[in-house]
Amino acid sequence: MQKRKTFSIRRTQTVWGYIFILPAILGFALFYLGPMLFSLGISFFDWDMIRPPQFVGVQNYINMFTLSNSLVSKALKVTLYYSLLTVPLITVVSLFISMLLNSKIKLISVFRTVFYIPSIVPAVANAALWMFLCNPMFGLLNSLLKAVGLPPQNWIYDTKTVIPTMAIIGLWGAGNTVVIYLAGLQGIPAHLYEAIDIDGGNALHKFKNVTVPLLSPVIFYNMVMAIINSMQTFTQAYIMTEGGPNNASLFYVLLLYRTAFNDQQMGYASAMAWLFFLIVAALTVLAFKLSNTWVFYGEE
Amino acid sequence: MKRKKQGGKLLIYLVLCVLSLIYVFPFFWLLRSSFMTSAEIFAVPMKWLPEQPAVENFGEALTAFPFLQYLKNTLLIVVLNIAGNIFSSSFVAFGFARLRFPGRNFFFALVISTMMIPSSVLQIPQFIIWQKLGFYDTYVPLTLPAFFLNAFFIFLMRQFITTIPRDYDEAALIDGAGYPAIYLKIVLPLTKPALATVGVFSFMWSWNDFIGPLIYLKSSAKYTLSLGLQSFLDRYVNQWHYLMAASTVVILPMILLYFFAQRYFIEGITFSGIKG
Repeated sequence: MQKRKTFSIRRTQTVWGYIFILPAILGFALFYLGPMLFSLGISFFDWDMIRPPQFVGVQNYINMFTLSNSLVSKALKVTLYYSLLTVPLITVVSLFISMLLNSKIKLISVFRTVFYIPSIVPAVANAALWMFLCNPMFGLLNSLLKAVGLPPQNWIYDTKTVIPTMAIIGLWGAGNTVVIYLAGLQGIPAHLYEAIDIDGGNALHKFKNVTVPLLSPVIFYNMVMAIINSMQTFTQAYIMTEGGPNNASLFYVLLLYRTAFNDQQMGYASAMAWLFFLIVAALTVLAFKLSNTWVFYGEE
Repeated sequence: MKRKKQGGKLLIYLVLCVLSLIYVFPFFWLLRSSFMTSAEIFAVPMKWLPEQPAVENFGEALTAFPFLQYLKNTLLIVVLNIAGNIFSSSFVAFGFARLRFPGRNFFFALVISTMMIPSSVLQIPQFIIWQKLGFYDTYVPLTLPAFFLNAFFIFLMRQFITTIPRDYDEAALIDGAGYPAIYLKIVLPLTKPALATVGVFSFMWSWNDFIGPLIYLKSSAKYTLSLGLQSFLDRYVNQWHYLMAASTVVILPMILLYFFAQRYFIEGITFSGIKG
C-alpha cells in the first residue's frame, strides 16, 4: 500500500514536472534547436529566399576565404582587434573603479549610481550621443583637445582611430561589470586584509595576495562575458560608422547582418554565422582552459 | 596610522570625483545640447550653456518623429515581454525547483545551454521561420518567445524558489492542494522580489532592443522608439539639437525606472556575476 502510494506520488510529480517545464522545452525546440539545425542545413545551400535553394555543399564555407571580394577575414580581423583592446581595458578600468567604490566613504551610493547609469542608456541613443561628441568639427572631444592645446582627432571617422575610440566609448557603458566586481569585492572577508596589515604588508600586497586570487572567478566571468559581448558588437557600428571608414569598423555581426538582410544571401550568411559560432565557442573554451592557471576557486 | 587613512580617503574621493565627472559629462552635454539652438551648437568658440533654454526643440523633435505612436508601440512590446517572462520564468522554474522527475537535470542543462549561443547565430534562421509563417512586420517575433524561455530568468527564479522553505508546499500538499495551486498561491506570492528583477530586466532589454525591431519591423507606423530614433538620425543629419532632444526623451524613462527600481537592477546584475 505504502509502496503504491510513493509510486503514484512519483508519477504525479513527473507528470506535473513536465507540464511546468513544457514552455521551456517548447521554447528550446522552436527558438533554439530548430533554428540552429535549420541554419546548419541552409549553410550548405545557395538561397536568396525567392528562388528555390540550390545545394552547394561546403562551397559557402570555402567562398568566405577564397572569393576575392569576400570581407569575412577583414571583418574577423576588425572584430578580434576590437575584442583584444576592449577585454583588457574593461577588465582593468572596471576593477579599478569597483575597488574605489568598495571604500567606506560618504556619498558612495551616489558614485555607484554615476558609474552604473550609462550602461542602461539605450544603444541607439548611446550611439547618437557619441557621434555628436566625436564630431571632428564641433564635437566636445575635439573642443577639449583644443582647450588643452592638443591636435584635434577624427575619432570614429578615421580608419586608424575608429576601433580604439569605440573601445573607449565601450568603457562608458561598463557599469554592469563594475557592479559585478563590487559584489565580488564585498564578499571578500575583511580578516584576510587585516592579516596582511598585521604582517606589515601594504596595499599592493593586499591587492596581489588577497583581492586578485579571491576575485579571480569573478574576473574570469567578466572577461568571458566581455569577450562574448565584444565579439557581438553590432548596433554601435551599424549606427555610428556603418562599418566605415573604408571598412575599418566592419564588425563581423554587421557583415553578417548585411549579407543576410541586405543581400538576401541566406545560405552564405548562415555559413558565416556557423563559423562565428565556432569561433566564439573556441574562444570561450580557450578562456576556460587558460583559467586553470590563474583562477582560484577556493580549497575544498 | 589614522592620518594615513584619512589621506587615503581623500585620495579616493579625488579620483572618484574626477572619474565621475568624466562619466557624467556626456549626460551634461546631451542635456545642454538638447536645449540649444542650432546656431549655438555650431558656435565658435564653443558655448558651454544655452543663452535661453530652447524648449521648443522637444516639441519639434517629438512631432518630427511620431513619438507618441512609437512610445505606444514600444510599451506594447515591453508589457508583453514583461508578462511573458514573468509567466514563463516562474512557471518553468517552479518545475525545476520543486518537482522531482527523471530528466530534470538534463532539461535544466539544455535551458542553461541556450545562454551560450550568440544571438546573432539565431537571427537568420529565426527570421526565415517567422517570415514563412507570415509574422514579418508584426510584434509576434518580438514578444512571443518571452512566453516560453529565457534562460537567465529561469535560472534566477529557480535559485530564488530554492530558498523558499519546502514546509509550506508540504503542508499544502497534505491539505490536498495540487501543484498548480502551490505554484499560484504559495510560491508565486513569495517570489515577488525576484519577479520584480525579472520585470525590470525585461523592461530594459525590450525598451533598449534595436536589432530585433530592425530585423522584423518594416512599416514605420510600427516602429519602436529605438528604431524611430535611428531613422530620425538618418533623416535629420546635423540637426544635433533635435537629435539630442529626441535622445534625451528616449533615455529618460530608463533612468527613471532605475531610480524607482535600483535595488532590482543591482540584484539582477549581481546574480549574473555570482553564477559564474
